[in-house]
Amino acid sequence: MADEGEEGRRSDARVPVGRRVFLSLGALATVGVVLGARLQSAARGVLGSGIGGLFPFGDRFRIYSITGSYPAITAEAYRLEVSGLVKRPQALTLADLEAMPATRLVRTFQCVTGWSVPGVEWEGVALSAILERAGVRPGAVAVSFSSYDHADTESLTLDQARMSDVIVAYRMLGAPVTQEHGGPVRLYVAPMFGYKSLKWLSAIRVVDRVEPGFWERNGYPVNGWLDGSTGPTDPRLGLA
Amino acid sequence: MARDSGPATVLRFSATQRVAHWVNALLFLVLIVTAIPLYFGSLFGLVLERHVVEMVHLWCGLALPVPLVVSMLGPWGAPMRADLARVSRWSHAEVEWLRRLGRSALRADKFNPGQKLNTLIVGATILVLLATGAMLQWFSPFPVAWRAGATDVHDLFALAITVVIAAHVILALTHPRALAAMVRGRVSAAWARRYAPGWADELGLEAPRGSTEREEAEKVTSP
Repeated sequence: MADEGEEGRRSDARVPVGRRVFLSLGALATVGVVLGARLQSAARGVLGSGIGGLFPFGDRFRIYSITGSYPAITAEAYRLEVSGLVKRPQALTLADLEAMPATRLVRTFQCVTGWSVPGVEWEGVALSAILERAGVRPGAVAVSFSSYDHADTESLTLDQARMSDVIVAYRMLGAPVTQEHGGPVRLYVAPMFGYKSLKWLSAIRVVDRVEPGFWERNGYPVNGWLDGSTGPTDPRLGLA
Repeated sequence: MARDSGPATVLRFSATQRVAHWVNALLFLVLIVTAIPLYFGSLFGLVLERHVVEMVHLWCGLALPVPLVVSMLGPWGAPMRADLARVSRWSHAEVEWLRRLGRSALRADKFNPGQKLNTLIVGATILVLLATGAMLQWFSPFPVAWRAGATDVHDLFALAITVVIAAHVILALTHPRALAAMVRGRVSAAWARRYAPGWADELGLEAPRGSTEREEAEKVTSP
């Protein structure tokens, strides 16, 4: 019996297991890529936030830093400089910002590379209110941002900077913005991908042309709208 | 004692195969080590400059298929090609053995079905990780939903392959003679008859006196 089996094995047509393994894993991965976003929300329902945050589908920020260090700025020492084409240059303290009318947003934080964190709470001052306080002078076209990390820079057109969901945030996730998330104060450009939301915001300069920021000089679109469009105007305006 | 007739040792892995294996292993190790701070960014924070870790991960990832592909090509690739043919086309007995998790009799080939499956899973996963990793690096042609999918597929396959590799390493460490074959290339004829009797037959290694084929086969399936 055993010997017969052995003989049988030799003459038998062989099973193409290799091809099957490659095709099934390839198909599984393809389905995962194409349906990824939908699977993500389903998996989030199951895993929840907490421990789910450690798993691939979980709600998780991936912390990026250009310089490899997080600038340490105390709430007391923090200053936001507003300069350039403005009538009244400012050096705002955290208390100054907190004294201004607050804007609260709850949005999905979406990275251009694909990961996202749903339902993030933000609180801060509308950038438009800060620009109004400084008084934008004629000839101004764009706004440039710099970071306490002395490396990251960002830019928005003046129209973009005046959108109601672009804020200078001092609270995030229900607490003061942490150091790793860009605290004590960071930019949050809700309608665009995460790289536009510069961390450790140190200065706002009103300028006469768009100056592409760090990520844009490294290949990211200057206008990183969440719908993937890259024109200067808000794609949501067309829908309204 | 003169149990063995014929050669005392036989070549299991050519020098090319061994070099390819260990270069591949080193690349996988670097990829796993660099993946940890990239994945758990908020826990590890700033072990190293993130950009440097990213670049190391990217280039090791792109290099991953190179040793395997090079080891398959050219005249030096003949043993690799022959082994891949063994690994990819199975007998029905092998399929049955795997289906019953090793509880059916099998006169094992040069590699047992577990080893063959490991090779196939690692190979296919390398391709998946390479494709999704490239989508994460060069994301602009893809819709945002696909980038999200690629991120999760990359993470999940990486997690799975890390578990597979960990099991592979544990099995290697608990089977030192099998591990030695991947270091020195050769195994004893007795080892081949015991663990790879089908292969031993092909090589013309005679069964030791006083032992029937059936006993040999049973040895393989016993723990």
